[in-house]
Amino acid sequence: MRLPLLALLARGPAHGYELKQDLEQLLGSAYPQPNVGQIYVTLGRLEKSGLIEGEEVEQSSRPNKKIYHLTDAGREALRAWYEETADEPRVRDEFFMKLALAPRTGLADQIALINKQRREYLNTMRNLSKLAAAESRDNRISQLLIEGAMLHLQADLDWLERCQEELEELE
Amino acid sequence: MKRVTPRATSRSATSRTAPSPDAEDTRSPGGEDTPLLRAEGLVKTHYGEGAPAHAVRGVDLSVRQGEFVAVTGPSGAGKSTLLHLLGGLQRPDSGSLWLDGECTDAYSEARWAVERRRRIGIVFQFFNLVSNLSVADNVELPALLAGLSPRQARAERELLLDELGLAGKERSMPGELSGGEQQRVALARALVNHPQLLLADEPAGSLDSKGTREVTRLLSRFHQRGQTIVLVTHDARLASAADRVISFFDGRIADDAVLDTTPARGTGISGVLELRD
Repeated sequence: MRLPLLALLARGPAHGYELKQDLEQLLGSAYPQPNVGQIYVTLGRLEKSGLIEGEEVEQSSRPNKKIYHLTDAGREALRAWYEETADEPRVRDEFFMKLALAPRTGLADQIALINKQRREYLNTMRNLSKLAAAESRDNRISQLLIEGAMLHLQADLDWLERCQEELEELE
Repeated sequence: MKRVTPRATSRSATSRTAPSPDAEDTRSPGGEDTPLLRAEGLVKTHYGEGAPAHAVRGVDLSVRQGEFVAVTGPSGAGKSTLLHLLGGLQRPDSGSLWLDGECTDAYSEARWAVERRRRIGIVFQFFNLVSNLSVADNVELPALLAGLSPRQARAERELLLDELGLAGKERSMPGELSGGEQQRVALARALVNHPQLLLADEPAGSLDSKGTREVTRLLSRFHQRGQTIVLVTHDARLASAADRVISFFDGRIADDAVLDTTPARGTGISGVLELRD
């Protein structure tokens, strides 16, 4: 959450609740609603590390609110973020270890494990399809997020299929 | 080999659109509990060059009215052969098939052709449209062959093309359309006689990601209105639109899973989408 918040502040100062709304608007209903408490905690940490600065603003009938802006160090951190490429997605290692070790334990059957995992992925895929259908088609960022998740799942499902092909031959 | 498993068919028999008005053939109405499609011990082996290919090796399957079933599996697993057996495009070496409670074992080729006009609609990976007929004629032809008057056929065609977002393309030739559009025409053709059963053989197999989404959306929509669908696909996104997914390996059913029918936002999903720091 830290760097996205910095990125949202690059445009100009904002308070915590505005940032939450910005995120929601950008990512759409598909994205799990950011917890406002989490946003305030993160903002506190960013301020402590000198990447943003907050300024108390008095409000007549409500408690004061704090408006944050990016510091030079914050802008630098953001620039560095854009410089580096992101890590590749990783194979689902936990499932893989279960699968690889199953014959030695005698506690689980590999094909049954694959079938179970496939059901789980298919259900998630189904829910993603429903989300995509429910989300406005005009929110491209949100649609792309969902499509990304679906394509990853598709790859995982293809891989399960390969596991099943190879392991069934051994039986 | 694990042979799984019973399925709790939660859907009640849903209403469907009326059959074509001139149904003079013997329809044995199966009643609510009769599966629309039932297969027992289906076996099909292809004999070509080299070793015989055991495409379907003993399949029992039951599809209820209103169900949407996807069959997935690696290429060469025999899933297309299975679909062809269900639509009478190929005949099994052994085993039996019932359509709405009626045994099809003694059906002739001609009888199957009639069924594929009336009770079964099929879409294929490569659309199989008649290339020298216009879009309108491609859709109207099966309606005319089924005995509709030209006027009725035209009305049905207009309705479907409209529904499928193809209004204005009536006079186009198939070759002038994109893959996604051609598949929608094929879908209109398959549905023009209001078949009880829609079979789809890799309907998104030659489409891009956008076309796949389009086909997925349309199949879901027809399913919601009660259309029974059996779909063979390699695409998990398309398969997940079904209520039930059969995993087909090496000519056999390896798993038969009813998917969640609860609304989205279940467990797992937020984890998939959440962007972590």
